Amino acid sequence: MADRLSAALTVLPERLGWHVTLSAAALALGLAIALPVGIAAARNPRLKWIALATAGLVQTIPSLALLALFYPLLLLLSGLAVKVLGHGFPALGFLPSLLALTLYSMLPILRNAAAGVSGVDPAVVEAARGVGMTDRQRLWRVELPLAAPVIMAGVRTAAVWTIGAATLSTPVGQTSLGDYIFSGLQTEDWVAVLVGCAASAGLAMVVDQLLGLIEGGVARRDPRRLWAGGAGLALGLLAAVAPLAGAALSQGRPAYVIGAKNFSEQYILAELMAGRLEAEGASVQRRVNLGSAVAYRALAAGEIDAYVDYSGTLWANVLNRQDNPGRQAVLDGLRTELKRRDGVVLLAPLGFENAYALAMRRDRAEALGVKTLADLAAKAPDLVMGGDLEFFSRPEWAAVVKAYGLSFKTKRQFQPTFMYRALASGEADVISAFSSDGRIAADDLVLLGDPKGALPPYDAVILVAPKRAGDRRLLAALTPLGDSIDVKAMQAANYAVDRDTGKKSPAEAAQLLSSRP
Amino acid sequence: MIEAIVLDAAGKSYDGQAVLAPTTLSIAKGRFVALVGGSGAGKTTLLKLMNGLSTPTTGRVLVEGVDVAARPGPELRRGIGYVFQEIGLFPHMTVAQNIGITPNLLGWPEGEIAARVDELLDLVALPRAVAGRAPSELSGGQRQRVGVARALAARPSILLMDEPFGALDPVTRVALADDVRRLHEALGLTTVMVTHDVGEALLLADEVVVMAGGKVLAHAPPRDLLAGHPDPVVTDLIAAPRRQAERLAELARG
Repeated sequence: MADRLSAALTVLPERLGWHVTLSAAALALGLAIALPVGIAAARNPRLKWIALATAGLVQTIPSLALLALFYPLLLLLSGLAVKVLGHGFPALGFLPSLLALTLYSMLPILRNAAAGVSGVDPAVVEAARGVGMTDRQRLWRVELPLAAPVIMAGVRTAAVWTIGAATLSTPVGQTSLGDYIFSGLQTEDWVAVLVGCAASAGLAMVVDQLLGLIEGGVARRDPRRLWAGGAGLALGLLAAVAPLAGAALSQGRPAYVIGAKNFSEQYILAELMAGRLEAEGASVQRRVNLGSAVAYRALAAGEIDAYVDYSGTLWANVLNRQDNPGRQAVLDGLRTELKRRDGVVLLAPLGFENAYALAMRRDRAEALGVKTLADLAAKAPDLVMGGDLEFFSRPEWAAVVKAYGLSFKTKRQFQPTFMYRALASGEADVISAFSSDGRIAADDLVLLGDPKGALPPYDAVILVAPKRAGDRRLLAALTPLGDSIDVKAMQAANYAVDRDTGKKSPAEAAQLLSSRP
Repeated sequence: MIEAIVLDAAGKSYDGQAVLAPTTLSIAKGRFVALVGGSGAGKTTLLKLMNGLSTPTTGRVLVEGVDVAARPGPELRRGIGYVFQEIGLFPHMTVAQNIGITPNLLGWPEGEIAARVDELLDLVALPRAVAGRAPSELSGGQRQRVGVARALAARPSILLMDEPFGALDPVTRVALADDVRRLHEALGLTTVMVTHDVGEALLLADEVVVMAGGKVLAHAPPRDLLAGHPDPVVTDLIAAPRRQAERLAELARG
């Protein structure tokens, strides 16, 4: 407990620093756009309608989806930029997060700026014209000062929203306080989840209070409050950003970036790869919690240098193949096709499969007499199927349904951690499991056979970015991992991270893997 | 006679709806003119044409011989004092800043503005101590005195007033009206005042313009109007305060 807390606190300065930088930049940008538009909208009813409707529409898009949408968009723009200007820009991490959060922060500022300016007493506005003010003077000397308290209230709301939503930038590869929450949820490290929530809520509260001080200063024309609030914000920003600047100055750019998707095994393997590179004296940055599709595109675009993926996933999702020519044929096909298509290098398989399989509790499977997917098809109409968040939209699910004619009573989606809980408690009868998951042995689950070979093989493979294809140092560090981890070892390492008591961190589990004889 | 303000067939309509029929009217320099009539008569529209707060849809308006349309509005208005019923003091500025706003816009030096503010506070009979206060700390009558001071700050030769005493209690109203008439004389102003109080208009003004339905029905000195007018609307309008005055006189005689 104390270990996990201190481990969580060690990375707090970096995560908090990025969180603050991201939120402050998004808020500043949102203010720079929404304030003039809001003021213009106060004068023009049609513009007001359009602006508020657009901002309101943006607000209805779930913030995670908004963040996710910006990644492919930026990737496309970056591709265009490469063609037109000769060089692109990073489509992962800071930029998509910044743009999405900026859009998100705009509504309250826009709404309050428009309401604040059009809410100024018409008698005062007429007096401003009557004494001979120009439109500009009327805006700066009368309307803005009088609307300032309302505008500041909007900025406060925007700040709290932005700080909260910034935790969602983790899946598009931006370090933030959300790292605690996403990883913690995955590995059931509730200490980390709590630290992430507390830090982001605390940050929002402090910023809200300081902006409240400024709002009060503006409303009561009290320069002391104004300066106190402003100085508090400036100092806080400096203090939060200082560790990042310090790190950037002392280390420079990290030599390598290792990616990972959003589950325990990926964290462990990323730590394993990073550890080997660091042992060689290279500096390594980790970008974990990437969405499954994001990870491959980020690698192809050179934004991460290496990560582990699975042959079946690549076969179905990247090459769009629905057939299953067998384990070796899939690997060979991937090696040549990925190289040809994207320049991506596929290193030797790690030695285990993390296959999609349908799993049931042993007692339940035996009671129903289900051993294979073919047996399951007869019983499925009475059963509840639980899948992880992406399973039902994956081609593997479509292939299984088609091959066996599966039709369940209901389908439910879970975060993987909760999926196993649901199986144990009977809320789900069958779940989509991963063959390397430590919980299969620990929870005494059975994996259902696949006699028709509908599910492709899922050999874990290290992928290397096109620009690192000739990087001897990287290849020398990672190639020896080939065929070095069997499924038992991976299950054990995963379980060390996922279990409830005596939990290990992904780095410690990676240590376990690499220190095996 | 020099004309301070001339309306040359100036009219105003919104969406084809005429609120002021084409009107021709001359106001000589140094005169105190009252515009009277019921609500919707077009009084305020007529007044706003004079400082460009409203632009005529037909005809033209000349201020001191120059077509208003030829001058930028803000520059024109800095040279014309303007007072209106809602007063419209800037709530985020002190009394002194409110009074000094037009000189400030005209770029007067700080010291000169401060001296002018003191002078104006004396002129409108307010203690100098109110200079640093917020408008919200003043009574209604004091606020309108600040409104008058603000209108006079940049030494305009024309003062426009839109129902300036409408929101004040009767005692304050009479006192302030007398002070405004006194200032009109002392500063040699041309004053145009909109009011719905015909008695006030007859007592204060040199000339009264009677309006109804967007048209000018009469334009004459108070005495002539009291003597009778062919238009029954005008006669009716004048009759009411007159009867009231006669009854008051009877009452006083006992």
